[in-house]
Amino acid sequence: MTAPTAPPELVQLLTPEGERVEHPDYDIDLTAEEIRSLYRDLVLVRRVDLEAVALQRQGELGLWASLLGQEAAQVGSGRALTDADMAFPTYREHGVAWCRGVDPLHLLGLFRGVNHGGWDPYEHNFHLYTIVIGSQTLHSVGYAMGIQRDGAEAATIVYFGDGATSQGDVNEAFIWASVFNAPVVFFCQNNQWAISEPLEKQSKIPLYKRASGFGFPGIRVDGNDVFACLAVTRAALRNAREGNGPTLVEAFTYRMGAHTTSDDPTRYRVADELEAWKLKDPIERVKAYLFKNQLADQEFFDKIDAEADQLGKDLRARCLALPDPQPGAMFDHVYAEPHALLAEEREQFTTYLAGFEGAQ
Amino acid sequence: MTTLTLAKALNEGLRAAMDADSKVLVMGEDVGKLGGVFRVTDGLQKDFGEDRVIDTPLAESGIIGTAIGLALRGYRPVCEIQFDGFVFPAADQIITQLAKMPLRSLGKIKLPVVVRIPFGGGIGAVEHHSESPEAYFTHTAGLRVVACSNPVDAYTMIQDAVRCDDPVVFFEPKRRYWDKADVEFGAPGLPLDRARVVREGDDVTLVAYGPMVKTCLEAAAAAEEDGRSIGVVDLRSLNPLDMPVVREAVERTGRCVVVHEAPIFSGLGGEIAARVTEQCFYRLEAPVLRVGGFSTPYPPSRLEDHYLPDLDRILEAVDRVFGY
Repeated sequence: MTAPTAPPELVQLLTPEGERVEHPDYDIDLTAEEIRSLYRDLVLVRRVDLEAVALQRQGELGLWASLLGQEAAQVGSGRALTDADMAFPTYREHGVAWCRGVDPLHLLGLFRGVNHGGWDPYEHNFHLYTIVIGSQTLHSVGYAMGIQRDGAEAATIVYFGDGATSQGDVNEAFIWASVFNAPVVFFCQNNQWAISEPLEKQSKIPLYKRASGFGFPGIRVDGNDVFACLAVTRAALRNAREGNGPTLVEAFTYRMGAHTTSDDPTRYRVADELEAWKLKDPIERVKAYLFKNQLADQEFFDKIDAEADQLGKDLRARCLALPDPQPGAMFDHVYAEPHALLAEEREQFTTYLAGFEGAQ
Repeated sequence: MTTLTLAKALNEGLRAAMDADSKVLVMGEDVGKLGGVFRVTDGLQKDFGEDRVIDTPLAESGIIGTAIGLALRGYRPVCEIQFDGFVFPAADQIITQLAKMPLRSLGKIKLPVVVRIPFGGGIGAVEHHSESPEAYFTHTAGLRVVACSNPVDAYTMIQDAVRCDDPVVFFEPKRRYWDKADVEFGAPGLPLDRARVVREGDDVTLVAYGPMVKTCLEAAAAAEEDGRSIGVVDLRSLNPLDMPVVREAVERTGRCVVVHEAPIFSGLGGEIAARVTEQCFYRLEAPVLRVGGFSTPYPPSRLEDHYLPDLDRILEAVDRVFGY
């Protein structure tokens, strides 16, 4: 079996070998400092992911959805956002969360079962993780309609996967965004697999081509090329902010790990495919580019590796120190205003628990 | 005082809510130029513009999903679901997102979204236009569920629902849309989560909401001629339930019959019966009885008079509750 190959229309600015290539419609002018900074994000995000997988394997998290292989798609698109833009993630956007300044500890808290998402979505303009597939696309479009009504200079970006494109909500979101000309970027990370189902179970045509039927542009970008993801997303966001409506970006990438830590991909895909995609690694190509162009030396790479190790170590310690919530916490925040039934149940439960105090 | 139909009272309530707060939006299918299929939003788009009264694409999940997004941005959308039987494509967004997102955010997100649903039968409609799906929503934590029964309540309850920081599923008794009453503009109503005793009685308490309140009042008037004193409680709020009002009414009579159009099995009546039994056990003279729809899908309209609880079915249950 051969690995899926990217078609010629794929936007690529940095080859897997670390060579800069030109594209007629998209270009990017990055300083050495910016490229080093992108590299740093890619490495640190992968380290967060690695630590989380280890914590799950050791029983400290109930589950983890690894982003391995998708770092460039997430860091590239995440770094394209302005502070005023709003991001709507799935449950795998750990790299975007990082770019938005969300403490990775919050992500671990969710997967540890401490809460369902502890960060403030308004503080980071990074919405809570949405676990049901595709629901957040509609939230993103509604939010974008609010931006229009406010006359604000901002856009939304919504993340979803190849499997989600089969969902009714995603298709309704396409229609809404198109009809209302909403400032939204649909960022689809096509990682080739929806748990065990390959892309051909979802679509007979390349996903980015779906957009034309809804009346807005669709672009396929090399999802393992952080330069191209940054350039394409930046252009799509600018277009949205300028009142030109939505864009579908299909980031062509690969889920290198399992769907989640509960999954076993050896049951449904072959090792050759994985090996082929390893050669397209999103981090190695940036490292090669930095090396070849003498924009970074070994000392720099060692420093980033050391920082990553320290980050993993700190994260682990803070995860293990996360206190379990108090039993009464489940009654908090169900309603914003007083609710008689819930108040009654809380009181009864508190009394019940108090009955155990002092018991042997 | 102005004499208004229930539909017009809702319209005036929405107008007042939109006047009071520029963040209030109305959205749904045909709510603009047409004014909604029941004309509840009549004239609002003309006066408030297309940005605030939004004719949406024809997709219910999209209506609720985008309303959630607008609420995240600080708006207060009032969504119209055209008919009860059309709400299910939106059930995922209502149950999985609207109800749960505030908790998910540990209270950082508030979703002041109102989902208006015309409900119930009695208008000779085709399939999917006469259902009573309220129990699906009362079962979902995070939602408030209310039902108005008359124009006066309709006018205040819709404004209170819009002002509420929680999501509210707002059931409107479609066969009562044309009922009239005198409404005083600007007058405050009973709080949204309160029940009301609409008729005092000493012998048996009927508990109802929405379209059945009127039917219960008619049954009570008929029973009075036979010398029975029947009280009627209009629940108004289905989640939370205002149990103190129900309890007080039942303790006075010792007998309780719950009436709704929805199927009895797993319906709200079962919940009320259980709570009345727990709270009024030593005062009850008989088990709590229920009158409601059968365990069938809503029948073709030529049969709906047999399916829907009417005055006779209610009085038959009243007779039975005296048989213990």
